[in-house]
Amino acid sequence: MATATLPLLTPNDFSSDREVRWCPGCGDFSILSQLKKVLAVLNVPREKMVFVSGLGCAGRLPYYLSTYGFHGSYGRAPALATGLKLANPDLQVWVVTGDGDALSAGATHLIHALRRNVDLKILLFNNEVFGLSKGQASPTARPGTRTKTSPEGSFETPLRPISLALAAEATFVARTIDVDVNHMSEVLEKAAAHRGAAFVEIYQNCKIFNDGVFEYATDASIKTDTVIYLEHGRPLLFGRDRNQGLRLNGFEPEAVTLGHGITMDDILIHDERASEPTLAFLLSRLIGPHFPECLGVFRSVQRPTHQQLLDESFLQGDPPRLFEKLLAGDESWLVA
Amino acid sequence: MATHERRVARETPRKTAVRPTAASKPAGAIEERDAVVIRFAGDAGDGMQLVGTQFTMASAAHGNLVCTLPDPPAEIRAPVGALAGVSGFQVHFSSHAIHTPGDRLDALLAMNPAALKANLPDLEPGALLIVNTDTFLPDELHAAGYASNPLQDGLLDSYRLLAAPMDQLNREAVAKVKLIARETGRCKSFFALGLALWLFDRPLDATLRWIRDTYAKNPVMIEATTRSLNAGYQRSAALRTPAVQVRVAKAESEPGRYRQVSGAEALTLGLLAAAHRTGLPLVFAGFPLAPASEILHQLFEMKQPNVKVIQAEDDLAALNLALGASFGGALGVTATTGPGFSLQSEALGLAVMSELPCVVIDVQRAGPSTGIPSKAEQADLLLALHGRHGECPLIVLAMATPSDGFAIALEAARLAIRCMTPVIVLADAYVTGGAETWRVPTLDELPAIDVRHAKPSAGKTFQPYGRDEHLARPWAIPGTPGLEHRTGGMEKEAGTGNVSYNPLNHEEMVQTRARKIDLAVDTIPPLEVNGPPQGDLLVLGWGSTYGAIAAAVERCQRKGMSVAAAHLRHLSPLPKNTGDVLKRYRKVLVPELNAGQLSKVLRDAFLVDVVSLSKVQGRPFLVREIEQKIEELLRNA
Repeated sequence: MATATLPLLTPNDFSSDREVRWCPGCGDFSILSQLKKVLAVLNVPREKMVFVSGLGCAGRLPYYLSTYGFHGSYGRAPALATGLKLANPDLQVWVVTGDGDALSAGATHLIHALRRNVDLKILLFNNEVFGLSKGQASPTARPGTRTKTSPEGSFETPLRPISLALAAEATFVARTIDVDVNHMSEVLEKAAAHRGAAFVEIYQNCKIFNDGVFEYATDASIKTDTVIYLEHGRPLLFGRDRNQGLRLNGFEPEAVTLGHGITMDDILIHDERASEPTLAFLLSRLIGPHFPECLGVFRSVQRPTHQQLLDESFLQGDPPRLFEKLLAGDESWLVA
Repeated sequence: MATHERRVARETPRKTAVRPTAASKPAGAIEERDAVVIRFAGDAGDGMQLVGTQFTMASAAHGNLVCTLPDPPAEIRAPVGALAGVSGFQVHFSSHAIHTPGDRLDALLAMNPAALKANLPDLEPGALLIVNTDTFLPDELHAAGYASNPLQDGLLDSYRLLAAPMDQLNREAVAKVKLIARETGRCKSFFALGLALWLFDRPLDATLRWIRDTYAKNPVMIEATTRSLNAGYQRSAALRTPAVQVRVAKAESEPGRYRQVSGAEALTLGLLAAAHRTGLPLVFAGFPLAPASEILHQLFEMKQPNVKVIQAEDDLAALNLALGASFGGALGVTATTGPGFSLQSEALGLAVMSELPCVVIDVQRAGPSTGIPSKAEQADLLLALHGRHGECPLIVLAMATPSDGFAIALEAARLAIRCMTPVIVLADAYVTGGAETWRVPTLDELPAIDVRHAKPSAGKTFQPYGRDEHLARPWAIPGTPGLEHRTGGMEKEAGTGNVSYNPLNHEEMVQTRARKIDLAVDTIPPLEVNGPPQGDLLVLGWGSTYGAIAAAVERCQRKGMSVAAAHLRHLSPLPKNTGDVLKRYRKVLVPELNAGQLSKVLRDAFLVDVVSLSKVQGRPFLVREIEQKIEELLRNA
């Protein structure tokens, strides 16, 4: 039997004819560009890909791709995408959202798509601010962020997208950053390969309203001390000389330096496939300045997808009745 | 209740008492009637919904036409014996066509004092009253608010009382079966059912079949409930007091297969028929909100291979799920009510903008806000027509009777697909919870629904917002090579579908979306009139008031009055001849279960000064309420 071969696609094949309208210097350009590179190597026909988005700057992304796209309402993209997968499970469906979209208006829809394990690739562009609405505090704004709605600095406790996704029983949870293009490609490819709901938080710089908020994670001179790159089965080390690491003291994580009685045996080993998300949750809570922040895959486990569970459930119980029988119901009678 | 109200003419003319009439006649006598309205009432735990459903089934199977109205309490289990916990189920069964579950009761079965107290005002003098005397004890009487025992104080003297110690008789019936107290209590409803089945000369077979199916895994309960049922059936024959059997002859019907169908079942079957007829997958998303959740339950119950049903996280998610499915090439449907329908306004706007076919069923309930969740109202009409930001026209239909749910669901699917638009179907608990006899259509009787998925054409750039002769845009399904496009909530450039802020394009698109809905009028039937084609008075209704209006107008016509009735199933767009029909009558009466919403629409559209008859009590119109208004208008004509 001949194997159907797909025409080779290039990143440019995924460009639409629309002019990209993000602000100069926006992190979204980098994400779009890496995304096209990844899409080109997925071996999925372009017509089977759909990008579903909500509102905000991130929500415009589908217009710049030549795949199918649906630009929905504030926060509802996960629900739209779930319906789309129900209608046609063969499609590869991506959800593009932002911190305002996914966590203000759409938190309900996000957590339910994750817990159902719908086979979606959910990309949350987190810039910790409302951009397209022109600069208001978002649910991820870190304390002290000055915006039009937090003139004296934001004082509400921010949500942590990775912690939320883990609590919502997501089966794939990862974080990457707009300017680290190789790392982003790697994470996006893993998300695309995951069967079930894949959640990726992408730190994304908003040049206009929140510039430099992730500088600690992008500045080459310091990022070795402020970021841990998660690698499955490897010790959680960081630092220019990779001589610092994380260890557990009771339930508390500790950043320690090797030596003076601290050996590699003390350092936590990353396990993205752990059946319980306890370690992943602990890692999701690490923030500067006392801890490095984690980039990479926090959790990647297999659980039946929503579609698989639907199919299984359909086979249980009584088989479906013929439609004619259904129409006639349990009790019917003939009048001659 | 004022006594004069009790003497109002009945809905249907009746041959009174052919054979022995009076209460004093011996058991075994049979009285013939054209129609009977009976209500079963008891505590929430007394199984009245079950008794009512089974009694209806037996009546329908016997060949009567039936129309029912369940009236369950809002609380799952109110305190035992409390008025708030009274559960009712009304059945109107007849040998000729009937339109409503009936205004007044010919018979009442009351399982306790609270059920008697709550329902006695609706009982006709001289009507049959069946009472479970075992519950008329001091505590229960007190809970119902009776100062003295109505069985002894003369309150019930004007009724044909059949007093039976049902607890005791039932206990005797199941004495030889090993049951726990709760199961014995459950059997009591079967005793009451048996009694009612005998009194109205219904066969037991349908109920016995149901018992065997329901308790297939519990032979003890089969034995016990069968004994109770039989005991009720046989014991009633031996009861001393006026055990006159009442018989309602079979109705003459067109040949065919018949069943009884509730509005929720009919809607569900209609949706499934649309999927069956078109071959489209059906995706139904619903959030549990009474009374709309009954449709969600039915879809889970009637599982079919090309149908997917999902319980959504909220009603807004439900419509987004449906809309996402429609984008994917399925027929996306949701059913909601009350606050859920308000939530969906946002997604309806998206559906109008993205021009995708989906169906929203709104089972209107008494509002605003949580309102009275279990009660029916028609107060969402203006919300359905206009309740979205921006110029946002869509198609609005309303189902007239329980069985009409089947046709209206098919019609909604047809129009949604043909016009590429969301369609709202307005219903209420009165029609979705009610049931009636229905001739089951054969598969080749189902209407044709034309589905045209877009196909790529070589050399041409695909125009996702191009238009066909109905001004519908193409339905291009993801997965189709060459038709990749983006849709969504932003204004589209005509043709290309690209995002456009151009002011003139926006105006053109606003007009095109409106014209598309207006054009749908060419495919919908004209408004039909029952009665004189012109004259003094037209009664125009929509939705669930159909039955009460039809019955009232027919009664007045029989009395020689010049009055006609017409009913709107399409509310947007209105049938083409609506304005002409209205202008042919000197007066137009519009009865509605709201503060006059259709009246506003008609005045606005046709400059006709219609007379509004408004009722906002969470209850349907009584036939006589409409009849009185007709008489009043014709008197002053």
